[in-house]
Amino acid sequence: MTPFLQIENLSRSFPGPRRKDPPTTIFQEVNFSVEKGEFLCIIGHSGCGKSTILNILAGLDEATDGQVLMEGREISGPSLQRGVIFQNHSLLPWRSALRNISFAVQARHRDWTRQKVLDHCLEYVRMVGLTGTENRKPSQLSGGMRQRVGIARAFAIQPKLLLMDEPFGALDALTRGNIQDELLGICEKTDQTVFMITHDVDEAILLSDRILLMSNGPDARIAEVVEVNLPRPRARAELIKLRAYYAIRNHLVEFLIHRSRDFREHPPEDFDPKAPPVFSPGLSLNAFPPIPIGGIP
Amino acid sequence: MTLLTLKATVLSIVLLALALAAWSFATQPKEGQPPGGRVPGPAKVFVHAATELTDPFYDNGPNDKGIGIQLAYSIGRVLAGYCLAALLAIPIGFVIGMSPLWRKALDPFIQVLKPISPLAWMPLALYIIKDSITSSIFVIFICSIWPMLLNTAFGVAAVRKDYVNVARTLELGRLRTAFSVILPAAAPTIFTGMRISIGISWLVIVAAEMLVGGTGIGYYVWNEWNNLNLNSVIFSILMIGLIGMLLDLSLARLSRLVQYAD
Repeated sequence: MTPFLQIENLSRSFPGPRRKDPPTTIFQEVNFSVEKGEFLCIIGHSGCGKSTILNILAGLDEATDGQVLMEGREISGPSLQRGVIFQNHSLLPWRSALRNISFAVQARHRDWTRQKVLDHCLEYVRMVGLTGTENRKPSQLSGGMRQRVGIARAFAIQPKLLLMDEPFGALDALTRGNIQDELLGICEKTDQTVFMITHDVDEAILLSDRILLMSNGPDARIAEVVEVNLPRPRARAELIKLRAYYAIRNHLVEFLIHRSRDFREHPPEDFDPKAPPVFSPGLSLNAFPPIPIGGIP
Repeated sequence: MTLLTLKATVLSIVLLALALAAWSFATQPKEGQPPGGRVPGPAKVFVHAATELTDPFYDNGPNDKGIGIQLAYSIGRVLAGYCLAALLAIPIGFVIGMSPLWRKALDPFIQVLKPISPLAWMPLALYIIKDSITSSIFVIFICSIWPMLLNTAFGVAAVRKDYVNVARTLELGRLRTAFSVILPAAAPTIFTGMRISIGISWLVIVAAEMLVGGTGIGYYVWNEWNNLNLNSVIFSILMIGLIGMLLDLSLARLSRLVQYAD
């Protein structure tokens, strides 16, 4: 069976600063797939081309080589089937929160009546907990509220694939935690397929089913795939009691500190870009009893 | 009223009083000078202004019309030339802002045409159009087109790429993107250009009317100079300033409607 989303041999290079310079390859031979309903995170240091991959999936950028197939068909250009939540929320500042959402809904459902659009939007305003503030302009909302509007806008058009580019990067830790919990709830409820970029290891473990680890750019690749075998529904407070959580976390942190940097010079001998090694650091530990409150003895 | 506003108001009044006193002092009659050949003092001008403003719209033939009629002629010409310019400048500015090709192609023309004093067009306009009124409207048109054109182009080109990307991911067509995303995003910059243009138009109409004559505030000033009626000259200078301020204020008020906080 073909996967929902298949990325084959993707690479992207930019021309050098001067004409005679060789082009710089940001990433190359990127292969992965996303199943329907899966939450996939991608982690890597700045400059490895995560955002470029996401933009290619969104149709806002074009790959130098390779292709992206969604439900077996090659994507070309942006589409309402692929919703995007941008890093800096990208709300239109002259429209209220509600009108930002309705702008998207009207584009998606051109035949809907005004009332139907409004009802639909208000439902998503309620979903992200903004009821009562929906008529404010983005400048009158806090950073967290703005990002909630962005989430509501993306979910309201019910895309088949949701793309998120570090959606919580600009938020403080407490707000980020709250919105992550909300997003987790919404995704588990709607069975949304998500591809997300993050820098935050804990965020990735909390939300994802699988995590792609990218080596440092230029010439970045997907070096490893980590399976997050943690039970759902998840709650932050429960996750941190599991040993498996720390096993996954340590694996990711070690990658980011050492292996992401060393990968280009010393790739594993049997490395196959078509099938990067898959790790399940939490699996062997899942049977262990939960850590008692108070932390690891 | 805040304390700062209060202080500023008091200071403004003091400065006004000082200026009036200096004006009054400088125009005092001197020993051995004939009484007629002086610049009138503030008292005389204000008395004259009061009589003019009690009946601003009288019409006693071509050489004796009220200040209101003259100003109305000028404002009418300014608005006609200005609106025509806006109708042309904003769409062209939009295209230039959207398309690097058009920007590059039109740039040399704009660079050459922009620095030409609008009054330099007057002889050519008079020869081709053969009508002084239309020619002065044309001069207003040509002088107010540039700030609007360049500001529109700049505003459109500077629209944040994120907003355009939002439109792209929503599969909006080019036209809908232009009207529902780029236009509102660039509107504050476009209005800045419109505000500069109306100011320039009001500067230019006085000079244009001095050249073509007939009616209008510029003609009025020159005519009163020919009559050696300095009371009227000073009075109309003040009125030109007042109307210019009102034109600017009304555009400032309008542009507040399209402002947004980022």
